[in-house]
Amino acid sequence: MWYLCVFYHRLLDYRKPEVESLADLFSKGLTDLQCNGSLEWKLPKHHHPDSPFHFVNLPSEEIARSVANRSILVKGIFELWGEGSNFEELEESIKSYPDEKQLPYLTSDSTFKITVETFGKVISFEEQTERIRSLSYIPFKGRVNLKNPYHTFWLIETDDYDSNNGLPPIAGKRIFFGREIGTADRKLLPTYQLKSRTYLGPTAMDAEMAFLMANQAQAKSGKLVYDPFVGTGSILVAAAHYGAVTMGADIDIRVVRDGRGPDCNVWSNFKQYGLPMPIGLLRADNNLPPWRSGLKEKLVNCLLTVYNVFRVDGLEFKSSFNFIRVICPDIAVLFMEISQIHRSLQITRAAKEVLYSESAKVFDAIICDPPYGVRAGGRKSGGRKLLKGVIGPYTVPDDKRTGHIPSTAPYSLVECVHDLLDLAAKMLVMGGRLVYFYPVLREDESIDTTFPEHPCFKLVAISEQLLSYRYSRVLLTMVKIGPYTEEIALASKIKHLEFKENHLKWLEEGNLHSAVFSPADNHLNGSGDTKITKDSKARYRGKYV
Amino acid sequence: MRLLTHNMLSSNIKGVANGFPLKIEVVKVVEKEVDFNIDFLKNMFHKVEWKALAEASRTVGYAELPENVDAAMLDSDDFLHKFHHALLELHLEEGALVCPETGRKFPVSKGIPNMLLHEDEV
Repeated sequence: MWYLCVFYHRLLDYRKPEVESLADLFSKGLTDLQCNGSLEWKLPKHHHPDSPFHFVNLPSEEIARSVANRSILVKGIFELWGEGSNFEELEESIKSYPDEKQLPYLTSDSTFKITVETFGKVISFEEQTERIRSLSYIPFKGRVNLKNPYHTFWLIETDDYDSNNGLPPIAGKRIFFGREIGTADRKLLPTYQLKSRTYLGPTAMDAEMAFLMANQAQAKSGKLVYDPFVGTGSILVAAAHYGAVTMGADIDIRVVRDGRGPDCNVWSNFKQYGLPMPIGLLRADNNLPPWRSGLKEKLVNCLLTVYNVFRVDGLEFKSSFNFIRVICPDIAVLFMEISQIHRSLQITRAAKEVLYSESAKVFDAIICDPPYGVRAGGRKSGGRKLLKGVIGPYTVPDDKRTGHIPSTAPYSLVECVHDLLDLAAKMLVMGGRLVYFYPVLREDESIDTTFPEHPCFKLVAISEQLLSYRYSRVLLTMVKIGPYTEEIALASKIKHLEFKENHLKWLEEGNLHSAVFSPADNHLNGSGDTKITKDSKARYRGKYV
Repeated sequence: MRLLTHNMLSSNIKGVANGFPLKIEVVKVVEKEVDFNIDFLKNMFHKVEWKALAEASRTVGYAELPENVDAAMLDSDDFLHKFHHALLELHLEEGALVCPETGRKFPVSKGIPNMLLHEDEV
């Protein structure tokens, strides 16, 4: 069913992906509905894609309400009763809206309220009242209740003059009238805003953005969410707000363990809002993650072998697998022994894939803001000297092993992203989501459309946030669609090397930093012509809002 | 550090083939109450290595977990509460995790395991 979706006029690239991701989250469990995760969208007449007004096709009113209530950027989702470019057209349109759809909301035992909303202009209180009175042709039977009405109706209008509303000119003015299905709860933003946070780091994630990330990751109760660059925990706070169980790691032990004192650390950031604390924090290196490999992969291999021994003809693979699990609870040990004996057995590919998806991957989502060397640089273990290849690896003398503080080496963005994708492929459940920021230089005005890829993942959303004239960051949402195997790990490594070659110039250590911070003169030298093209582009605030 | 975290960690020192499960050296264990979340427990049940969890919970002084489990036990409230307690409420506050192959100790202080490797272990 089609609904009018009105957005807040900010973070334009983030609006549709948020609704899509939430619609997907709330449609789960329904059969054959919107399974591909993408929704149908339409624009009102003469509207620019950046307009706050969109029509969206959602499976049901209940889902529409859930989406609106959980979203951050949806001002409201409405059942449209009529629209027009002037009040006469609006009246005609509302009158032609079927009675059976109107009357249930206009009954005498209900209460209602009409909100007047404008985009791109301000109207006085008297004008608002006048507009409400002009709607008298709608047969309202109920009483007015401004505080707590059963039904809220919105009269929204956008003007036709071409300036100051932050958009390219819209050809004609448009008036919408509709019944409110749901609105976003933006009250949580002042609650969680960074300036209220006790423990902050230089790169703490802005609260609004953190909530958008948690929505992209579909965080909810019962799910386990992991941030490999946890820092002060600003992203996990948002995930925990939605009920997810959180876990984080950082290479800097001072942030995760000590903070700035007993009541100013990652734990206190959760306590402050009455949220459940992260279930685990640890010091670890994203380059060499200490997770047990592929979780249960060893067991899977044993199982496969045993499956081949016990294979019952005519049984589906899955059911015979469950059969094995039921009859031998202590599978690990038993299967290990059997697999030793039957090492030579061959395994079919299909069987292998079922088992890999069956094998438990732990995380439901990974959300992070990797250090890409602009405001904070990444570090990995290995030691400076070793990395430069000047001196062999430093051997720690035996008597100094306890309490030794290892030195760390710089961690380039390209390596970091590869490790992140590899970790996510290995540790995420099927359908699990990886949500992370990726920096983009804006040298040529159009953003470079090549993003890191991985055979296990499908990229479902790309949202750009402009940070400065020179660079922006892009929030990438990837969904795990394929099982992780050794062949895939290898293939992705090759793919990654190709990617690295094409992007080496700025992905290398330090280059991004200098591209962002080098003096302006160098940057503009000999680029007079690019300046002209920039000026010739239509100027409107667009993504800057 | 909760036993859930312990259940997911392994020693990743170069050359170590089987770094799981890490042995636990206890100096101090504390109990912290955590909200009971049945969805999460059911989600995690199939993901933990049960033997390692039962063993670890015994090491930190909680011997109530059964040796063997199957999915049918998730219907038992009693079992779920024991599982919840072992998985989420027992914290290793001070101590160490020991690599089963090399004996290298990863210290745990203020509840945070330090899994960073030395230069010559990478």
